Amino acid sequence: MAKRIDVSDLNIYYGNFLAVEGVTVSIEPRSVTALIGPSGCGKSTFLRSLNRMHEVLPGARVEGKVSMDGQDLYAPDVDPVDVRRHIGMVFQRPNPFPTMSIYDNVAAGIRLNARKMKKNDLDDLVERSLLGANLWKEVKDRLTRPASGLSGGQQQRLCIARAIAVEPDVLLMDEPASALDPISTLAIEDLMTELKERFTIVIVTHNMQQAARVSEQTGFFNVAGAGQPGRLIEFNATEKIFSNPDEKATEDYISGRFG
Amino acid sequence: MPQTSTSTPETASAGSGTSTALHSVGHLGRWAPWAIFAGAAAVAALLGMATGLNAAVFAIYTVALGTIALYAASRKVEGRRRATDRLVTCVVVSAFGLAMVPLVSLVIEVVSKGIGRLDSEFFASSMTGIIGEGGGVYHAIAGTLIITALTTLISVPIGLLTAIYLVEYGTGRLKRAITFLVDVMTGIPSIVAGLFAYALFAVFFGPGVRLGIAGAVALSVLMIPVVVRSAEEVLKLVPNELREASYALGVPKWRTIVKIVLPTAVAGLATGVTLAIARVIGETAPLLVTVGIINGTNLDPFDGRMATLPVYAYYQLTQPGVPPEFAIDRAWTAALVLIIIVMGLNIVARLFSRFFAPKTGR
Repeated sequence: MAKRIDVSDLNIYYGNFLAVEGVTVSIEPRSVTALIGPSGCGKSTFLRSLNRMHEVLPGARVEGKVSMDGQDLYAPDVDPVDVRRHIGMVFQRPNPFPTMSIYDNVAAGIRLNARKMKKNDLDDLVERSLLGANLWKEVKDRLTRPASGLSGGQQQRLCIARAIAVEPDVLLMDEPASALDPISTLAIEDLMTELKERFTIVIVTHNMQQAARVSEQTGFFNVAGAGQPGRLIEFNATEKIFSNPDEKATEDYISGRFG
Repeated sequence: MPQTSTSTPETASAGSGTSTALHSVGHLGRWAPWAIFAGAAAVAALLGMATGLNAAVFAIYTVALGTIALYAASRKVEGRRRATDRLVTCVVVSAFGLAMVPLVSLVIEVVSKGIGRLDSEFFASSMTGIIGEGGGVYHAIAGTLIITALTTLISVPIGLLTAIYLVEYGTGRLKRAITFLVDVMTGIPSIVAGLFAYALFAVFFGPGVRLGIAGAVALSVLMIPVVVRSAEEVLKLVPNELREASYALGVPKWRTIVKIVLPTAVAGLATGVTLAIARVIGETAPLLVTVGIINGTNLDPFDGRMATLPVYAYYQLTQPGVPPEFAIDRAWTAALVLIIIVMGLNIVARLFSRFFAPKTGR
């Protein structure tokens, strides 16, 4: 199921403002790729352009090429809705649907897309997804309760369960643990290690220890100054980035001598 | 209400600067404001007797004297900061009381004059063949409900879809133009809306046309902008994160709106619609020119005149016949029924927002 993503010469715009410039990178399947960098360097923007969530904002557009297993995601005949079905996303703040129960939240990807599924199959899928997100034990007795009654960490794992329930090929995570306490963060990180067996995972994080713990590949984004476009400075194996990076800027950022 | 003053001593206003200890300040007991206002009432009664006592003068004297006395006492005992707090509390409470005066006196007036005819006959009979005593508003209640229902049927889809366009799809010039036009529509005087609907139907049915549906069209002109405005505000409150969560699951935009945005906002939308209904249900002028009045019961909005509560009350009051008191009583009771209906709608709106709001319970 997991697929590789190749990006070449990607420029990302908000209106006329060039936010990210000239990104070329290959993201390996069945691995965790971390994107690090200072605030405003365009790593979240880049992440959102991978499943065409970027263009939801008015005036936002991209130039360049993003392909998944050789298929151009920005080809004119590709439906962005279809892209998002294959590339799921987890957001910084947990955002379960407040009108729905825990069960309905996990089933949302199926129900909202009006895919027909037998009750039994749907029950199985919900259970599998919640097990996959390490949440099943905590919620199995209250599946019909509102999702907003869960704690922040549980809500975030619910969002992950919701994302993997639609069986995507790639999972994008935009600072999935930055709003959570250390214990919930650990739970999410363990989860990522399990999920990378089945999915290609790309994670944006401000926490460098987290990037070092969970990822195989790391990309460092930086921005020269306000109003300048962000660039991918270095993309390398995580070990190399954190021990012996090729670029001076990467080393400065990682060792805290930044700016 | 005046505040309790049993809290711990407050810091005195920044003064010395060299002292590090907190100054303890005296304070008035809980009873003090009440005692001071009771004293003010007594003085006001004396003053009132000198100048001719009436309730309004008495109340004004009491409030003014009490406020001044409380401020002076507090200033002396508690210092400037607490005194200012008490003064502002008095002003806020008096302003609230003042705002309640028209509402309370209106309700008392309508209930006391209308309660007399609030009997079963009033709800069961129309005005067919009634001269003088008896009669009722069955036909007017039915007419009001039918016309308001039709108005809602016209306004809610148009208003809701407009609001969805403005919030979810609209950009640039068209959005600004629609917003501007909705603002202009909000300000249309109701009689103008009535004349518009009359003119529109006169084109097709000739001059002098009176139809329930024409009244519904006139009321829709008034109701649509209210629905658009309230629905727009409510839809804007739906967090963007929910839309993005839905998009990220590969759900198309229209389905996201139907399945996520609208259910999340349904409580607010229902409240907005109910309040918009309450806003138009008491309109008189547009119905006067488009629907007119009739003594008998007409339940067909596509055929001729209908009776409605506001117009009924208007005619009972302005053309009471001889002797006038029966008709005037009927007018008051019709007004009371109208208030009860509007109050019922408000309660329905409350219940809506209670039962349909997203659950947060654990």
